[in-house]
Amino acid sequence: MIFRRLSKHSYVLFTALMSSLLATTAQADYELNMTEGVTPISQQIYDLHMIVLWICVIIGIGVFGAMAYSIIYHRKSKGAKAATFHESTTIEIIWTLVPLAVLIAIAVPATATLLDLEDTSEADVNIQVTGIQWKWRYKYLDEDVEFISSLSEESRNAIPDPTGVDNYLLDVDKPIVVPVNKKIRFLFTADDVIHAWWVPELAVKQDAVPGFINDSWATIEEPGIYRGQCAELCGKDHGFMPIVVNAVSEPEYQEWLVAMRAEAAAVAAAADQEFSMDELVAKGESVYAANCSACHGPTGAGVPPVFPAITGSSVATGDIGAHIDIIMNGKTGTAMQAFKTQISDVDIAAVVTFQRNSLGNTVGDLVQPSTIKSLR
Amino acid sequence: MSASAEEYYVPHGTNWPIIGSIGLATTVIGFANYLHGSSIWMTFVGLAILIFMMWGWFGQVIKESMEGKYSAQVDMSFRWSMGWFIFSEVMFFAAFFGALFYARMFSIPWLDGASNNAATAELLWPEFEAAWPLLEVPLAEKFEQAKMAMGAWGLPAINTVILLTSGVTVTWAHHALKKNQRSQLVWGLALTVALGFLFVGLQAWEYVHAYNDLGLKMTSGIYGSTFFMLTGFHGFHVTMGATMLLIILFRAMKGHFSPDNHFAFEAVAWYWHFVDVVWLGLFIFVYWI
Amino acid sequence: MSTATTHDEHHDHGPASGLMRWVTTTNHKDIGTLYLWLSFIMLLTGGAMAMVIRAELFQPGLQLVEPNFFNSMTTMHGLIMVFGAIMPAFVGLANWLIPMMIGAPDMALPRMNNWSFWILPFAFTMLASTLLMEGGAPAFGWTFYAPLSTTYAPDSTDFFIFAVHLMGISSVMGAINIIATILNMRAPGMTLMKMPLFVWTWLITAYLLIAVMPVLAGAVTMMLTDRHFGTSFFDAAGGGDPVMFQHIFWFFGHPEVYIMILPAFGIISAIIPTFARKPLFGYSSMVYASASIAILSFMVWAHHMFTTGMPVAGELYFMYATILIAVPTGVKIFNWVSTMWKGSMTFETPMLWALGFVVMFTIGGFSGLMLGVAPVDTQYHDTYFVVAHFHYVLVTGALYSIIAAFYYWVPKWTGNMYDEKLGKIHFWWSTISVNLLFFPQHFIGLAGMPRRIPDYALQFAEFNMISSIGGFAFGLAQVFFLYIVVKTIKGGEKATDEVWEGATGLEFEQLPSPAPYHSFNTAPEVK
Ligand code: HEA
Ligand code: HEA
Ligand code: HEC
Ligand code: CUA
Ligand SMILES: [Cu+2]
Repeated sequence: MIFRRLSKHSYVLFTALMSSLLATTAQADYELNMTEGVTPISQQIYDLHMIVLWICVIIGIGVFGAMAYSIIYHRKSKGAKAATFHESTTIEIIWTLVPLAVLIAIAVPATATLLDLEDTSEADVNIQVTGIQWKWRYKYLDEDVEFISSLSEESRNAIPDPTGVDNYLLDVDKPIVVPVNKKIRFLFTADDVIHAWWVPELAVKQDAVPGFINDSWATIEEPGIYRGQCAELCGKDHGFMPIVVNAVSEPEYQEWLVAMRAEAAAVAAAADQEFSMDELVAKGESVYAANCSACHGPTGAGVPPVFPAITGSSVATGDIGAHIDIIMNGKTGTAMQAFKTQISDVDIAAVVTFQRNSLGNTVGDLVQPSTIKSLR
Repeated sequence: MSASAEEYYVPHGTNWPIIGSIGLATTVIGFANYLHGSSIWMTFVGLAILIFMMWGWFGQVIKESMEGKYSAQVDMSFRWSMGWFIFSEVMFFAAFFGALFYARMFSIPWLDGASNNAATAELLWPEFEAAWPLLEVPLAEKFEQAKMAMGAWGLPAINTVILLTSGVTVTWAHHALKKNQRSQLVWGLALTVALGFLFVGLQAWEYVHAYNDLGLKMTSGIYGSTFFMLTGFHGFHVTMGATMLLIILFRAMKGHFSPDNHFAFEAVAWYWHFVDVVWLGLFIFVYWI
Repeated sequence: MSTATTHDEHHDHGPASGLMRWVTTTNHKDIGTLYLWLSFIMLLTGGAMAMVIRAELFQPGLQLVEPNFFNSMTTMHGLIMVFGAIMPAFVGLANWLIPMMIGAPDMALPRMNNWSFWILPFAFTMLASTLLMEGGAPAFGWTFYAPLSTTYAPDSTDFFIFAVHLMGISSVMGAINIIATILNMRAPGMTLMKMPLFVWTWLITAYLLIAVMPVLAGAVTMMLTDRHFGTSFFDAAGGGDPVMFQHIFWFFGHPEVYIMILPAFGIISAIIPTFARKPLFGYSSMVYASASIAILSFMVWAHHMFTTGMPVAGELYFMYATILIAVPTGVKIFNWVSTMWKGSMTFETPMLWALGFVVMFTIGGFSGLMLGVAPVDTQYHDTYFVVAHFHYVLVTGALYSIIAAFYYWVPKWTGNMYDEKLGKIHFWWSTISVNLLFFPQHFIGLAGMPRRIPDYALQFAEFNMISSIGGFAFGLAQVFFLYIVVKTIKGGEKATDEVWEGATGLEFEQLPSPAPYHSFNTAPEVK
């Protein structure tokens, strides 16, 4: 396409300019500038960014240069006498039309890139991405694979003192795995508030709006791990909902799908097993830490009145049916989500049992996964 | 701008604004507390303070005006201000009309898959069908769905006639005032006020009908939301306008206003026409098409 | 000639005394002073919140505040700076200057003028009181997107909503007053195209205010009914759309940012000619450019929403319209530079701030242009690159112009010159630190740090630390400014009536320093 060739040429020109002006190391380059990314679109966007940046730099040099010249040479202390001119229609017209031309020159490649960016047709892999306070649910639409991905425990524990932690705040428990060189279409939505799914290297940033689906796409050209974050203020832990994309070769991707299905089957099978109180409480503790402590606090104290305490809660110490119900179905209109779509029967049974017999509560009863399964 | 030899009246010192601010703050703090379970009395205290403030403030302005302190230039300031105030009201309604158009032209069709939203309909709302008036909302459990939409050709049409007539009567009163025909002035105003309150009464009746017979409520989804917010704010403005007209009527009966000095009358008349025009917008876009 | 009468027919008497003077005053100078002090208090309050933000971001990890409180700080900082610091400062300047500049005795509606001001302390007290409420203050950003601000918001949100209503009432009344004053109170001979640019830009600003504040009021009203009365404007389940909130908000919000910069353009257009000793270049094109910016500002709002999934035609339109604003803004920049060209320049403190404005506002404008390029905004949106952009236009733009205006007109207001040496220190201290504060934010934004986060990945550590250090230094510089202000009011070298060699305008040519309580009892002659 002519547009793209145009932007390619200017890119070469401007990169040459840039490298001659800013002889910085590659290392510093990465930290200072936008990533070039690993998709064709991210590269186009980067090029466009550099074009506009350099246009601004050049205009800036002109404007500030003229200003500096005046400041140095037209100052009273140097004996400058003020001229009296104060109008020129010709020059006003020139400096209206020239910037206009510059803008058109920007708009042409920008239009091309935008049209590419928005063209999500003919995708090979479709992944529905749902933002939930404060984690992501991924559903592979053609593969029957679905899971939740949230901040890794290592990062969470390091919050008071993150020194030396690898990928602090940019690491999750379960990354999404995608094949390279395939057109992947992401379909975004949210369960509660607006989130935004952003991975810089893929140049995908799209709002996940509750009740609507937005889409975007990426064709990743290099295998690797790409990290991103939620980019729309979504409440308390907005800063703690990272994204990790693991791009692998097609065979590895297929293997991963098989493994995921096997895991799901194992989890489903576990729902028919019987567990002891100790087993459930032990399991519940980790489920609680991963899923509940963000709101109800690690010790169950909550942040009343927004997030109620579990310790001494009338629900968590009262009728077990109501307790199970609020966890499975959530409470519409509050941050309390319907966890039946997020965690397994075993996990629900475990966390219910844990909440009733720990965190300062001593109710003494328990619930088996099979009960949860029958309630679905 | 004035090149005349007149004087510009600059008042010195006034208590009314601070009383007004206290009234406003009391009203809204009271209402916010009411929304969280407190009783409503504080709101009423605040409103009472506001009414007291308006009574006193306008009273003072009327007195000064009658004393002839206001020059033509002051009069002009009032005119500009009233004009721009009405413009601000137009923009307030524009926000709600904007919401109405957005829902009708964008969000509802999008939920049914229009534009770039095919996936929205397919994955999230497979059952939903776009329509206007929207009776069946995407998530039925969450809302009390309306059984029927409000038609245009019953009460609303009558109300349109009423408001348009009141626009004529107020103009009649104005002409009478300019020709100094006092009894026609009073009659024209009285008729306008009566029509105004009649409109409000019918509107209230319509609301009862909507709630009881049509099941159309504020909580019936976006149709009910836009319907009640638009007609509600309009009804509120009609009430204010009619009340102001009533005050003008009393003043006219007391012999206020002269054929060439009656800005208060004109301001209220402008306001009344504005309310009229908004209604036409409502009639067309909320009730009719 | 038109003369001002006062209710007791005394001319030229001074103000009443005591606290009630300030509560009941109808004098444009008194009210201007009240606005300016309110704005300063708000600057320090909002600034103190920024200091909390910068302290938490000083290094990675959570050290000082909880995430939710951090979000409250961001939210309140943005709201207080926008509605409490910048806007009231400009209204205060309008009150002080417009009657003096157009040869009027006072504002057109002095009593309403008082009310416009006296609503604000109540509004801001309500807003600030949310910090003490159960559940915490609003924590959804100054843009309060639904449904985070409706279904998922703390109870205190309702107080926030009503505070916004009150601010809206105040702004609309203030704007109406300014328009009536400008259109109706000009001295004979002061035709529209002779008005100083500050008056022009304020006329346009007032128009923008009246057009968009009611829309904001509508937005918060819909929020209120969605929260409490079961409407579903911003809820897809009922046929509404959360993104609709953003359209309504930004229909207000984008003109709002020009409300915060147009009066600044007017101030800079007054200062540069004075110190270049040369008339403003291209007066009429300045007027047309301001008007074009205002008109365009209504047509670009969705450039804040490039990632919300708008249809592509909408994105294209909003991209084109947005970058078009660079043209009239460029005209202004070029005109200022041409005014300096072949002038006879001196560099007193007001001129320094004005020059700082021209350079750094332009930098902010450039980053704005970059943001306007829709496909690239995919990478910039909601990162610190945006934060850097708007602080360049707001802090080194709007705030710098306000400080410049203070130094430029304070001798006329008080009759005292400020301390030139301290003023220069203030400028250099601020300018070095503000660049330390905001320039690195371009880099961390491009490198991928989202905004509105209390904690960040380790690779952003160095620049955040530099930014925080710059922030603390800049904050301190403004405390120093407070000292300069108080010192100038208390005394100092007496200013001449002209104040600046070559200053033009009625306030410098026809009024003594300090200006009398009633500016012009008799309308001046305008040539
Ligand atoms: C005073 C306030 C102010 C001003 C003046 C501006 C000016 C501009 N802004 Fe800015 N903006 C904000 C305040 C302001 N902005 C705020 C507060 C936000 C964030 C809100 C939030 O999300 O919290 C924001 C966000 C924002 C965004 C959204 C970013 C995002 O969230 O993803 C965009 C996108 O288009 C944008 C664009 C622009 C443009 C194009 C201008 C233009 O007007 C700039 C024009 C000026 C120049 C271009 C420089 C001078 C011109 C020349 C020298 C001529 C020649 C130049 C060329 C031809 C290039 N702004
Ligand atoms: C309108 C003008 C304006 C001004 C002047 C400022 C001024 C400053 N802002 Fe601004 N800022 C905004 C408008 C403004 N900001 C907006 C709209 C947002 C977006 C909010 C949102 O995301 O919703 C924002 C967001 C924002 C962020 C991003 C927060 C986030 O995304 O989480 C940061 C971070 O560094 C920041 C920093 C600063 C700093 C350091 C200053 C400094 O310039 C402040 C200088 C400090 C002072 C002037 C005060 C000094 C006072 C003291 C030292 C103590 C004295 C104390 C007492 C007397 C009690 N601001
Ligand atoms: C995003 C925030 C959030 C998360 C995560 C969360 N909750 Fe909740 N939870 C809430 C809120 C808010 C309420 C209060 C709902 C209401 O208003 O009744 C609540 C209420 C509850 C209650 C009822 C307490 C009472 O006294 O009313 C229980 C029990 C509960 N949650 C269990 C859990 C469990 C188990 C998990 C994890 C599997 C969890 N929650 C995760 C926000 C959350
Ligand atoms: Cu999810 Cu921010
Ligand atoms: Cu904008």
